[in-house]
Amino acid sequence: MRGTSRSSPARAAAEPSDDALLDRLQRAAFDYFLQTVNPRNGLIADTTRDGAPSSIAVVGFALSAYPIGVEHGWIERADAVERSLAVLRFFSDSDQSGSPDSTGYRGFYFHFLDMRSGTRAWLSEVSLIDTGFLMAGVLTAAAYFGAETPAETELRRLADALYRRVDWRWAQRDGSAVMHGWKPECGFLHYGWEGYSEAILLYVLGLGSPTHPLTEQSFRAWTVTYQWENLYGYDFLYAGPLFIHQFSHAWIDFRGIRDSFMREKDCDYFENSRRATCVQREYATRNPRSFKSYGPDCWGLSAGEGPSAPPRLVAGRRQAFYGYAARGVPYGPDDGTIAGSSVLSSLVFAPEIALPALRNLVARGPTDAGDLVRSSGFNPTVGEAGPTGWISQGAFGLDQGMIVLMIENYRSGLLWRLGRSNPHLRSGLRRAGFRGGWL
Amino acid sequence: MLPLHPPIQQPVEGPYDRELCDNLRPPDWRNPRPREPYHLLVIGAGPAGLVAARRAAALGAKVALIERRLLGGGSLNYGSVPSKTLIRSSRLYAEMRDAANFGVTPPENIRVDFAMAMERMRRIRTRISRVDSAARLAAEGIDVFFGTARFTSGDAVDVDGASLRFKKAMVATGSRSRLPSIPGLAEAGYLTNETVFDLTALPASLLVIGGGPLGCELAQAFCRFGSRTVITHDVPLFLPKEERDAAQMVAEALARDGVEIHLNTKAVNVRVEGGKKCIETLNDGNVATISVDQILTGIGRVPAVDELDLEAAGVAYDAETGIRIDDFLRTTNRRIYAAGDVCLEHQFTDAADAAARIVVQNALFLGRKRVSALTIPWCTYTDPEIAHVGIYVKEARERGIPVMTYTVPMHDVDRAIADGEEDGFVKIHVRQGTDTILGATVVARHAGEMINGISLAMVAGIGLRTVARVIHTYPTQAEAIRKAAHACTRTRLSPFAAWLMRKWVNR
Ligand SMILES: Cc1cc2nc3c(=O)[nH]c(=O)nc-3n(C[C@H](O)[C@H](O)[C@H](O)COP(=O)(O)OP(=O)(O)OC[C@H]3O[C@@H](n4cnc5c(N)ncnc54)[C@H](O)[C@@H]3O)c2cc1C
Repeated sequence: MRGTSRSSPARAAAEPSDDALLDRLQRAAFDYFLQTVNPRNGLIADTTRDGAPSSIAVVGFALSAYPIGVEHGWIERADAVERSLAVLRFFSDSDQSGSPDSTGYRGFYFHFLDMRSGTRAWLSEVSLIDTGFLMAGVLTAAAYFGAETPAETELRRLADALYRRVDWRWAQRDGSAVMHGWKPECGFLHYGWEGYSEAILLYVLGLGSPTHPLTEQSFRAWTVTYQWENLYGYDFLYAGPLFIHQFSHAWIDFRGIRDSFMREKDCDYFENSRRATCVQREYATRNPRSFKSYGPDCWGLSAGEGPSAPPRLVAGRRQAFYGYAARGVPYGPDDGTIAGSSVLSSLVFAPEIALPALRNLVARGPTDAGDLVRSSGFNPTVGEAGPTGWISQGAFGLDQGMIVLMIENYRSGLLWRLGRSNPHLRSGLRRAGFRGGWL
Repeated sequence: MLPLHPPIQQPVEGPYDRELCDNLRPPDWRNPRPREPYHLLVIGAGPAGLVAARRAAALGAKVALIERRLLGGGSLNYGSVPSKTLIRSSRLYAEMRDAANFGVTPPENIRVDFAMAMERMRRIRTRISRVDSAARLAAEGIDVFFGTARFTSGDAVDVDGASLRFKKAMVATGSRSRLPSIPGLAEAGYLTNETVFDLTALPASLLVIGGGPLGCELAQAFCRFGSRTVITHDVPLFLPKEERDAAQMVAEALARDGVEIHLNTKAVNVRVEGGKKCIETLNDGNVATISVDQILTGIGRVPAVDELDLEAAGVAYDAETGIRIDDFLRTTNRRIYAAGDVCLEHQFTDAADAAARIVVQNALFLGRKRVSALTIPWCTYTDPEIAHVGIYVKEARERGIPVMTYTVPMHDVDRAIADGEEDGFVKIHVRQGTDTILGATVVARHAGEMINGISLAMVAGIGLRTVARVIHTYPTQAEAIRKAAHACTRTRLSPFAAWLMRKWVNR
C-alpha cells in the first residue's frame, strides 16, 4: 500500500514526524483512562461501549499510565495520585469473601466488576492473569509515587498491602503450575497454562511475593511446556498471538536477562519477541488465506475484536469469522482481522518493521487519527462495511493501555526503569532463575 | 442368522455378514482336540494374537489360538477397519461439498446414502476377513478354538470345558470400551464402538461423549453424513495427548464441518423425553441440556482382564493399566507373556502387531527384545489427520533433553497449496545441537502416510541432515519433511563456518 492511492498528497505533505505521530497516538490512548473512569471508586471500563463493566486488567494499565501522564504533563501529579488512591482504597476495602457477588478472593479479583458497585460482573471468574496485570499497575504506581507526602505515602502503603494480600500459593494446585481462574460456583477452572504465554508476568509477580510466594517448582512446571521452534527461518519460543510476546514486556525489561531456558537457547525474551514480530510479518507476506491488505507492512494477529459476520467464501474456501478472539500465527485462527495496536506494541522490539507498518496503517485509516491502530481490530476482507473494511467500534481498554505503555517504553523506557527498581519483581525474576544484565 | 455372533449383534441380511461369520466364526466350527502341551497358546485373536500365532506356527511351533468372539478382534470388526472405511465415505462427501472451489460443479443435492456407506463397510470388512479366516489359520497348522479362555493354573487354560496345557502362553485379549457412569445413560441406551457399526439408519442427531481419537473421528464422519452432531469433552482440548496446536486444529476442523463442540463439559445425567435422549451438561458451573436421538460414548478403553482368572495363573494385573509386564513383555508368571491393548500404554493395531512379534522371539527363541525399544507411530484419522511418532517436546524437556523443533506449515508446501489442503504442519523435534530425530507431529490431510518417512529415519538411525539429502518427489505433501530437514541444515552452520563461506564466495 505504500505511496499508493490512499495516502493523498495533502495528507502526505502533512505527515508528522515519528515522534509527533507517536505522541499524538499515545496521548489519545491515554485519554481513554480519563474518559472511562468512575471517579468515585477509580474503576476503569473495559471498553467505551454502553454498559461495559470494569476490567481489573484495564485498571492495572490505568495505574501504570498515570505516571506517564504526569511525565508528559497530561495530568497533574496530584490528580494522578488521587486517581490511583481512589482505586487502591476501593480494592483495599472490597469484599474479599469470594461469594458470588463479592469483589475478590484471597487477594485476587474477579475479572470483570460492576462499574458502580465494584462487585463481580457477568459471572466472571476470579482471574489470575488479570489480577497479575492489576498488581503490575499497583507496583508501578508505588514505584513512581515515591514522595514523602501523606497522599503518596498512603498510596505506597495500600499498594504494598494489596500485593502482599495476594495468595499466589493457593492458586498453585498440587504444588506445580498456576491455575487460570476460580469461580465460586465450581472452584478452580479446568484450564491450565500450557506453552509460553503472557503468564510469565504472573509467575514473576507470584514468585516475588514476600507473603505467599509461588514455589520455584511452579515456574519449572510451566516452562517445561515451552516449545522452541524454527519457523520461516526464525528460531523462537513459539506462541501464536502477538500479545503473548508483548504484555509482560510492558513492565519487565527483559533485555539481557535470561532464565535457564533462554540460556539454553542463547536468546532472551526481548530478542524472542523481536523474532516473533518478524514471524508475523513473514506470515502476512505469505498470506496463506489470501486476505485483503495483508503484507509486509500490514500484519499483527493478536487478541482483539473482529467481525462476527456469517461465513463466506474467501479465496475459494469457506471462511468463518470469530468476533473477539486471540488470533495467531501461523495456525490461526485467522479471519483477515488485524489487531492494529499490536503493531504499536511491537515498536520496542522491531522498530525497523513496526514503523513502516504503523505508517501504512495510519495512511490507510478513514481519518488521520490512527483509527486502524487504535481500534481493537479491523478487517479489510469484510469490505461492505466501508472503504477500509470492517473496523471495531469504540475503544478497548487493554489496547489503549498497551499503546500508552509500549510507546512510553519505546520513547523513554520509564516503565522498565520503574520495574527494574522494584524489589519484588527483581526477587521474582531471580527466583524464576533469571540472571545477568541489569539483574 | 442365528445363533448371533456377537459383536455383530444385528447381522444384516445380505451376503457380507454371513461371509464374515463364515470366515471369522464359522457356525459349524468344531474345536479341535487339544494337542499337549502347546509351545505357544494365544488367547485372543485380534491383531496381536493373529500375528503371534501365525509367526510361531510358521516357525514350526505347536500353536493354539483361542477366540471368544470373532477372529480379527476389535481392529477388524469394530475398530480401525470399519471406522476408516466410513471415514472414506465421509471424506468423499466433504470433497463433493467443496467441489465448486475446485471448479467442479457438484450435483444440486449431494445425498449421503448411509445404508449404502454401511454396506460398503461390511463388504470391505468381509473382504479383509478372507485372509484371516478360521479355515486358513487351521491350514497354517494353528489349532483354533472358539470359546472363552480361563486360566486354571500356571500352565493350563480351560476353554468351554476343554483343558489346554501350554509351555508358553500369550495373553492378547485386547480392550473394550470404557463405560461412562452417567446416571440414566444405561436406561436411555447408547452406542459404543462395539455397536455403532451395526447401525443401518443414520441417527438424525447424535451426541458423542469424549473427544479422544474415536470420538473426534466418528463425530466428524457422522456430521458429514448429515447427523446433527454434538460432541462433549470434559477437558478444554480434544486429543489430550497431542500437541496443543494439533488438538486446536482438530477442533477447528470439526467446527468448520458443523459439529457442535462443548469442551470442558461433563455429561452429568440422561433422561428420555418424548423419544429423545436429554443429556444434562455442566461447564464451569453452567448447566445446559442437549437433546439427541442417539448417544455414542468414546471415553477410553479398558484392558480386557476380567474373565481370564489371571489369579489362578499368578499373573498380576491392574483393572486400569492391564496386565503387568516387564520390558520383555513377560508377565509375573515366567511362562506367560502379553501383547496388545491388554498390557500396552499405546493401544494401536501397529503396536499390538509389533509387540506380538517380540513375544514370539522372546518366548520361543530366547530373545531379549525390549518393548521400550519400539518406535510406535500413531494417527488420528480426522480430516486433517494428526500423526505422531516418538517423544513429545514436553516429555523431552521433563527429562532434561534440550529440543529444537523444525516447523513447516503445510501452507508453505506447494503440493498442499495445489491440493487445497493447507491446514496442518510438520514439526520434527531433534536433540538441540544435533540432527538426531526425537519425534515428530504431522497434521495434514494424509498425515498417517507422511509420518512413515520420519519413523523410518528414526528406526534406521538416520539424522535429519541425511533426510535433507533425500530428494523427495516434487510436488508432494511429504516434501514438507524435506523442508524441515533443510531448515535443520541451515541452522547447523556455525557462525564461523558461515563467515568462511561468505569469505569464499566473495573472494
Ligand atoms: C473405533 C476404533 C478405531 C480404531 N482405529 C485405530 C486405527 O486407526 N489405528 C490403530 O492402529 N488402532 C486403532 N484402534 C485401536 C486398535 O483397534 C486396537 O489397538 C487393536 O485392536 C488392539 O489389538 P489387540 O490384538 O490387542 O486386541 P483386540 O483387537 O481387542 O482383540 C482381542 C481379542 O481377544 C478376544 N478375547 C478377549 N477375551 C478373551 C478370552 N477370555 N478368551 C478368548 N478370547 C478373548 C476378543 O474377543 C478379541 O477378539 C481403534 C480402536 C477403535 C475402538
